[in-house]
Amino acid sequence: MAKRIDVSGLTAYYGSHKAIEDISMTVEPRSVTAFIGPSGCGKSTFLRTLNRMHEVTSGGRVEGKVLLDDEDLYGQGIDPVSVRREVGMVFQRPNPFPTMSIFDNVAAGLRLNGSYKKSELTDIVEKSLKGANLWNEVKDRLNKPGSGLSGGQQQRLCIARAIAVEPKVLLMDEPCSALDPISTLAIEDLIGELKERFTIVIVTHNMQQAARVSDRTAFFNLAAVGQPGKLIEIDETERIFSNPSVQATEDYISGRFG
Amino acid sequence: MSTAATVSTLKGARLPKWSPYAIAAGSVALGVGISFAADLHSSIQWALIAGLLFVLGTYGIAARVEGRRQAKDRVATSLVWVAFLLAVVPLVSLVWSTVARGVKVLDFYFLTHSMGLVSDDEPGGGIYHAILGSLEQVALATLIAAPIGVLTAIYLVEYGRGRLAKAVTFFVDVMTGIPSIVAGLFILSIMLMFDMEPFGFAGSLALAILMMPVVVRSTEEMLKLVPNELREASLALGIPKWRTILKVVIPTSIGGITTGIMLAVARIAGETAPVLLLVWGNSLINANPFEGAQQSLPLYIYQQYANSAGAGAAYDRAWAASLTLIAFVMILNLVARGIARWKAPKTGR
Repeated sequence: MAKRIDVSGLTAYYGSHKAIEDISMTVEPRSVTAFIGPSGCGKSTFLRTLNRMHEVTSGGRVEGKVLLDDEDLYGQGIDPVSVRREVGMVFQRPNPFPTMSIFDNVAAGLRLNGSYKKSELTDIVEKSLKGANLWNEVKDRLNKPGSGLSGGQQQRLCIARAIAVEPKVLLMDEPCSALDPISTLAIEDLIGELKERFTIVIVTHNMQQAARVSDRTAFFNLAAVGQPGKLIEIDETERIFSNPSVQATEDYISGRFG
Repeated sequence: MSTAATVSTLKGARLPKWSPYAIAAGSVALGVGISFAADLHSSIQWALIAGLLFVLGTYGIAARVEGRRQAKDRVATSLVWVAFLLAVVPLVSLVWSTVARGVKVLDFYFLTHSMGLVSDDEPGGGIYHAILGSLEQVALATLIAAPIGVLTAIYLVEYGRGRLAKAVTFFVDVMTGIPSIVAGLFILSIMLMFDMEPFGFAGSLALAILMMPVVVRSTEEMLKLVPNELREASLALGIPKWRTILKVVIPTSIGGITTGIMLAVARIAGETAPVLLLVWGNSLINANPFEGAQQSLPLYIYQQYANSAGAGAAYDRAWAASLTLIAFVMILNLVARGIARWKAPKTGR
C-alpha cells in the first residue's frame, strides 16, 4: 500500500520569504528517509509541503511538483483534505486531543471522516494501538483522557492516531525531540516495524538517530541566514555517513560545521 | 571553634510572624484615636488614616529591623492588603445592605404574584411579572446574540483574513462602546417608523445589540487559547477544516465560551435604559414578549423607587427585587463556573 514520492523543482514561500528552493528528490516506498541539516534550513517546511500542510500556515505558498505515485499533489482539482488522508503526519510535540479519551483519539481520524460501526472502530483502534506498541500499556484505560499518558506514550498515541486512517505515507517531524532516551528507543523500534507497511519520512536533529533508523538520508543546508534552504545531497544512509560526495555534508556530520 | 559564635551570612533579623497583625491593630487604634481627637465622624476618614498608617508603619518598622529590601517587600504586601480591603468593603456593604433590606418582603408570595392592582405606595404585590419578563427578554436576546457572536468569533479566529476581518473587528470594538440608551434609541427609532407599541421582544433586540460584542470578544479570546498544534493534528488526519473546528476546536474551548456567554447574560440582565424605552413596564402579568408592554426586574426596581414618592412599601419592594436580581446573576455565574469545570479538558490519569 505504501507509495513513492517524486518531488521536482519544489520551492516554498512564507509570504514573500523564500524558505526552500528548487528541491528535487525521490522517496522510495517501504523505506525510511531521514532529513538532516542545521536549524532553519527548511527540513520541516519541506516535510509539510509533502501533505499540503505548508499552506495551512498563513502566507504559505508552494511552486513545483510533488508526485505521489504519478499523481501531482499540487495539480488542478486536488483536494488537500484527501491528500492528508493519504499522507499522515506526526508532530514534534505530542498533541493528543485533550477533550477525547485514548480510544476517541485513535478513532478521531476515522470518526470525523465518516461513519463507522462501533465494532469496526474497536477493531481498528486495537490494531492501531498494537501497531504503535501501546496496546498493552493502555488497554485497561481506553476511556481515560489521552493527556494523562506520559510524553512517550502520548507520542505513540499520536502515531497510532495517524496510522489508524491507513495512510500511504507517514511524515514525522522530529518525533523524538521531546522524549527521553527510552521512549526514543521505543519510537525508533516502532519506525523499524512501520516501514514494512508505510513509506516513512522523518526529520531529525539527531544524526545517530538518522543513522540508526533510516535507509536513505537527505542533507539540507542554507547558504546564510535569510537565504532559502536547499537540498545538498540524498543518498544511501551508509554512504552519507561514511563517504558523502559533498564536502559540506561531511563537515556537518563530523561536527566541523559553522 | 564554637559553632554558636559563627554568624550566618544567610540569616538576617526577621520580624516575628504576628507583626503585620500587630501593626494593623496599632494603626486602626491610632486612626480611630486621631479621628476622635480631630473630631472627624466619618468611618471612611479613620479607615483611610488607618490604612495610610499601616503602610507607613510597616515600612518604618521593617526598615529599622530587617533592612531596606525586606521593608520594600513588606510595603508591597501591605499595599496589596489595603487595596484588597478597599475593594472588598464596598462590595460586602452593598451585598449586606441589599440582603438586610431585601429580605423584609421577599417571600414565596412576593415571587409568585404580580403587582396587579396594588398601587405603588401600598404594601403587598410581587415581582412575578418582572421575573417572567426579565427571563423572556434575556432568553430571547441570548438566543439572538450568542449564535451570531460565537459564529462571528469563529470567523475572525479561524477564517478571517484581510479587509473584511479588519472591518468586523473594528465594528465589534465600536459596538462594545455603545451606551445602552443608544442601543435602545436605535430600536425605538425603528419602532416609531413602523408605528409599533412597546413590547418585550423590542427590548430583547436592544439587549442583543449590547450582548453581541461581549460574546464575540470573549469567544475570540477562548478560541485563540486553543493550541494551533491541535488544529494541525486534526487537519493532518485528513479531517476537513469545518469538522476540525466543530469537533476539536470548539469542544476544547466550550467551557470558556459558555462562561463568556453567561457573563454577557449577567451583564444585560441588569440593563434598565433600553427596557424603559422599549418595554415600558407593566404591573400586570404579560407572558407574551411579542405583544404589549412587559415588566423586567431592573425596570421594576427603578419604577418602584421613582414612582413611590418615598413610600415605605415600594421602597422595600425595590430592595427585594434588587436582591432577586443579584441572586439571579449570581446563580448564572455559578452555573457558568460549573459548566466550565465540567467541560474543561481532563488531565486525570
